[in-house]
Amino acid sequence: MDLVLKPAHREFAEEVRAFTRANLSPATREKTFSGKHYGRDDHVVWQQALGKKGWLPYTWPKKYGGPGFDVTQRFLFENVLAEEGAPRIIPFGVKMVGPVIYTFGNDEQKERFLPGIRSSEVQWCQGYSEPGAGSDLANLRTRAIRDGGHYIVNGQKTWTSFAHWADWIFCLVRTSPDAKPQEGISFLLIDMKTPGITVRPIIMVDGAHHVNDVFFDNVKVPAANLIGKENEGWTCAKFLLANERLGIAEVPASKRGVRSLWQLNDDPSLKEKIADVDLQVQALEMSELRALSTMQLGGAPGPEASILKVRGSEIQQRIAELAMEAVGEYAAPYQPDMLFRDTNETPVGPDHAPPAAPRYFNMRKTTIYGGSTEIQKNIVSKAILGL
Amino acid sequence: MDLSLADEQKQLQDAAERFVRDKYAFENRRKIAATEKGFLPENWAQMAELGWLGMSFSEADGGYGGGAIETMIVMEQFGKGLVLEPFLPTVVLGGGMIAAAGSAAQKQALLAPMIEGKKQFAFAWLERQSRYNLADVSLKAEKSGSGYTLSGHKGVVYNAASADDIIVLARTAGGAREENGLTLFVVDGKAKGLTRRDYPTQDALRASELTFDKVSVGADTVLGSVDGAHPVVEDAVDRAIVALCAEATGCMDAINAATLEYIKTRKQFGVPIGKFQVLQHRMVDCFTNAQEARSMTLMATLKIDDKDAVVRRKAASGAKVQIGKSGKFCGQSAVQMHGGMGVTDELSVSHYFKRLTMIDLMFGNQQHHLTRYSNLAMAA
Amino acid sequence: MDLAFTPEELKFAEEVRAFVKANLPADVCDKVKNGKHLGRDDYMRWQQALGKKGWLVYTWPKKYGGPGFTPAERYIFENICAEEYAPGIIPFGTKMVGPVIYTFGSDEQKQKYLPAIRESTVWWCQGYSEPGSGSDLASLRTRAEKNGDHYIVNGSKTWNTMGHWADWIFCLVRTDPKAKSQEGISFLLIDMKTPGITVKPIIMMDGGHEVNEVFFDNVKVPVANLVGKENEGWTCAKFLLANERLGIAAVPQSKRGVEALKEIARAETDNGKPLIANQGFAEKIADLEIQVTALEFTELRVLSQMAHGGQPGPEVSGLKIRGSEIQQRITELTLEAVGEYSAPYLPGLLWQGTNEAPVGPDYAHLAAPRYFNTRKTTIYGGSNEIQKGIISKMVLGL
Repeated sequence: MDLVLKPAHREFAEEVRAFTRANLSPATREKTFSGKHYGRDDHVVWQQALGKKGWLPYTWPKKYGGPGFDVTQRFLFENVLAEEGAPRIIPFGVKMVGPVIYTFGNDEQKERFLPGIRSSEVQWCQGYSEPGAGSDLANLRTRAIRDGGHYIVNGQKTWTSFAHWADWIFCLVRTSPDAKPQEGISFLLIDMKTPGITVRPIIMVDGAHHVNDVFFDNVKVPAANLIGKENEGWTCAKFLLANERLGIAEVPASKRGVRSLWQLNDDPSLKEKIADVDLQVQALEMSELRALSTMQLGGAPGPEASILKVRGSEIQQRIAELAMEAVGEYAAPYQPDMLFRDTNETPVGPDHAPPAAPRYFNMRKTTIYGGSTEIQKNIVSKAILGL
Repeated sequence: MDLSLADEQKQLQDAAERFVRDKYAFENRRKIAATEKGFLPENWAQMAELGWLGMSFSEADGGYGGGAIETMIVMEQFGKGLVLEPFLPTVVLGGGMIAAAGSAAQKQALLAPMIEGKKQFAFAWLERQSRYNLADVSLKAEKSGSGYTLSGHKGVVYNAASADDIIVLARTAGGAREENGLTLFVVDGKAKGLTRRDYPTQDALRASELTFDKVSVGADTVLGSVDGAHPVVEDAVDRAIVALCAEATGCMDAINAATLEYIKTRKQFGVPIGKFQVLQHRMVDCFTNAQEARSMTLMATLKIDDKDAVVRRKAASGAKVQIGKSGKFCGQSAVQMHGGMGVTDELSVSHYFKRLTMIDLMFGNQQHHLTRYSNLAMAA
Repeated sequence: MDLAFTPEELKFAEEVRAFVKANLPADVCDKVKNGKHLGRDDYMRWQQALGKKGWLVYTWPKKYGGPGFTPAERYIFENICAEEYAPGIIPFGTKMVGPVIYTFGSDEQKQKYLPAIRESTVWWCQGYSEPGSGSDLASLRTRAEKNGDHYIVNGSKTWNTMGHWADWIFCLVRTDPKAKSQEGISFLLIDMKTPGITVKPIIMMDGGHEVNEVFFDNVKVPVANLVGKENEGWTCAKFLLANERLGIAAVPQSKRGVEALKEIARAETDNGKPLIANQGFAEKIADLEIQVTALEFTELRVLSQMAHGGQPGPEVSGLKIRGSEIQQRITELTLEAVGEYSAPYLPGLLWQGTNEAPVGPDYAHLAAPRYFNTRKTTIYGGSNEIQKGIISKMVLGL
């Protein structure tokens, strides 16, 4: 047992750092550290650079074109990227639909979809939640009716992040309305350019546009876009949710957040609060490393990944809360230009003031999405504690 | 980077688990706590035989070349069984300070018999006013002839009644709370002028108040350098903190397991109370807290030998904050979910709760270590 | 709306303070001040003094021999008693069975039981919880079978506070085993000297003996001791539980507890300075004090509603929840203030009142036992989980 890095790992970390410095646009980097919102290009240009290097699908096995990182490399890769101010990799392609396709898809689907995900030439989004199916996902009602070589899709998805940027959407749809809730669901890939799809923005509490409603009105989807068997989409959904919970702890980004908090600690009464969240991040990181170490030894990420999600999201919220507390009353001015646009205006108050409150408001989502904290605790209670 | 136990360490873990299972069934522990010494000499002898008393010392010092990981492994199991033998004061603190600062002669005279199970120690540092400041020491050691005369008071000295030697932190120079001017003395437990008031503690250990009335000791009883004890003590206490954290993770696993079992079997309103979501979520929070405690204990164990003193101190304080927080949460929640039974003396749950409570107060509580950590982090 | 007391109320406050100073035995006052455990006789001497003055049953209406205090007077009375270190009034007679008897009892029962409760010549205890029915009180199984003009009682009660000191016990017993759980229950008064009753101590985690199991083995109880109608005891139980939750917030005691905590924080040192000068610790005390103030004003609002003819509703559950959490927090911070000197366990000093000297200051050895013991406050009188269930159902309509 030790925490020491082997020379090869140290070299790897340096390689990642050098690559990031050479390929991440300074403007994007600046947005990370000043808390501004990214545009589509900030993400795509960076992801395509990673894609060229072969690192974008960094969690994938070699067999499917991943770099085959070991656990330590994966840990270092994530941390160095965060330290250097890279935007987080948008998960819908590489972390979500990609692994579903290489696990449950047929060879033709693998050939057709995986390259675009690996290179980030194609942007994906996720069609899961519906107005009536939030925490209770299996309650979804978007219908897909088979009609010859096609499905005709009707219904509505909501909370669809980046749908306005996406080329494709992966959806859970109901293919058998008579089956029990989890049994009549299928996993379908849909081209966002198909006629009948409408995207409507949902403006968030901080004024930002990340998420959307997506409406399907007689959308014709080739049956070849079905992943796995019809009516067995819930298997894909469960697999994807477990994967999602692991990365969602966002430890490297939280470490970056804690470092910025320490840099603005001119208020002595804050220091113990910062210390407290600093330690929470360390505990979470160690827990994640323990989970990764189990995976290295051949174990799978089990339901205990749920608590990483619970704690990770609470910590993200706490960091945002303390950043706002540090700014004090200067968190009050609402300065959207400072958040959403490139501008040379000087902000009211200190530089870190404009994003403080919007970020605090926005971060409330983290204990809600990807399965709310309450749902995660239900999962742990049932699957681990046997209650 | 590797977080898995080596084969020998797994064997040690199995042996410690077996020891606790065989010797520390709850009713057995109650009997051991009620004996005169408050622990069983035969258990101590067995620990020596198993090599546990020497495992964390270097082979040059007569030990078996292990370290903090081995200490963590046994302390965790001791926590599960609420083991009463004085491993912490004797081996971790006493042995640790002798190994770190003792002369070759002292190691020969003290450490070797300790490893064989023939000597026990106590560490006397706390005074009425000290709280958690290791330098707030006023017991005086004055030069007299070739030796020293010790006068003053020490409080809550664990294992003093059974210790052959008491390691005393005394002031040889400097003013109140000055870090320079502190010296460690190895004082015979039966020295003339040393009187004890013995008592049990809340968590069924044994401790004493010690009064030193002109206790004469030779110059050869000085452990380490005169006036230079503070860094030795700070380091030893940080190691003891990490060991306590491991004990606490064992306590938390045990108290959570007992609570989980209880809410699965206790029925009210016609169903096991574990069917109520409010208790399910609280149980999940307990589970999460114990996981975090385990993670931070592991982190501190792996960092406590770091070359950088700031890294070591931050690691110890960081883990102690987590243990204070998680221990309180798991302890209070376990009592609450056990209902009336939780506040009685009858079930193990209250005994784990008491131990977790006292662990928080030992060598600095959550608040103290949060302050210490934040000062270290800001200075860095 | 006015926070200021009227001249009459101020005069009343002076009268209460003078009375307490003149009548509270000095040794009892001393024990309360130093957090020592009180004996039966300590409580009795003080309660009998209050009884003589007519103030023991200070929550009762005049009609039944109470002083008929207004809510303001009641507030003043409770606070001054606490400020002057009077022991808490044992609730089983005055706050629990007394109001049940004058509300649901017959004239004969009122005449027989109320005077001794008012004067504190009889010690009552409560027989509610059973080993299998704690939070789920209605599942109780102690049987009372009618046999001529007696009931024959068999079963056991637990968490019976101070039953080893009691002359009488009021019990919920099952008189109709076939009825739905809440419907076959009756409210029975039982003389503790009746043959067949055994009291077995339960030792608490701090080593103290305050609660018991009480066993009933063919205990013969006159039918005349039934309060209200047979099988309608649940009505009495609900009435009593609502009353219990009001007093259980213990605001005056918590105010006194915060003051005592500050005293300790002034006496303890931290790096050569009083602990109270430690900013982190001072903020914790401040936070606690604000919680107490919020609770006090919530209770005042409830009392004010009652003064205008309202009844305490399910929202008093909120008072119990916060009150009990605050009591725990006081002991938690006191333990933190005492630090490592709370480790010595001195049962002689704690329980037998021996003369051994404490280790460290007087208050030190009490800190941990109190912290441990006070864990009970979020469990008894309906656990906080149960209280939240009540609020969610009755107040929020969930």
